[in-house]
Amino acid sequence: MGFEINGKTYETDEEGYLVNLSEWDEEAAKYLAVEEKVDLTDSHWEVINFLREYYNDYQIAPAVRVLTKAIGKKLGPEKGNSKYLYELFPYGPAKQACKIAGLPKPTGCI
Amino acid sequence: MTESTGGIDMDEESSGTVKKFAFINRKAPYGTIYALESLEVVLISAAFDQDVSLVFVDDGVYQIKKGQGTKAVGMKNFSPAYRALEGYDIEKLYVEKESLESRGLTEDDLVVPVEVLTSEEMATLMDEQDVVMSF
Repeated sequence: MGFEINGKTYETDEEGYLVNLSEWDEEAAKYLAVEEKVDLTDSHWEVINFLREYYNDYQIAPAVRVLTKAIGKKLGPEKGNSKYLYELFPYGPAKQACKIAGLPKPTGCI
Repeated sequence: MTESTGGIDMDEESSGTVKKFAFINRKAPYGTIYALESLEVVLISAAFDQDVSLVFVDDGVYQIKKGQGTKAVGMKNFSPAYRALEGYDIEKLYVEKESLESRGLTEDDLVVPVEVLTSEEMATLMDEQDVVMSF
């Protein structure tokens, strides 16, 4: 499975996550966001970029509780709460935002 | 907010019980799946708010050794994930003194802060646990 943008192909798994994380780029994020029915705003990009940094540092996708806490630390308490994150990513900030950010599905996410 | 425990019903009584879990890591990080599997179980266990300890003994100490170059074996270097454990509120990491010394390693060679225990102290620690899982 996969998709193609401007001649570049992206391979995805059965749940729509990118198989090769190094293939991720902004175009892929935009495509994945449309698939997830998310209208990307600056606030979304803030979380996406945060996740990419987190993955770069730790090589894992954070669980939602860990993501919430870490966002609060970095971007302030008004953003480090589940209400804010679920408003941005209604189907689960960990699952949905990780998918758009080109990360694997968080460990422990059912 | 229980994405990670979704679908699992815990009644009030069981969700209030905190048990002491120790995950014992004995094997080198690559070559077998034990180290990675252990790490995944540990990350999942964090969602259940239990009292979790991680123990590194024998070749398991190599799992948290700095400077793992995995390119040649074609594996992902997952050692940075141990530094994420703090964010998961898993802060009890123990390493056996004898295992470190016999491999010529010190605490400075490790990617995370740990408490070094002698073999005897380790036995006491394991004795205090409700659940011990060995990988």
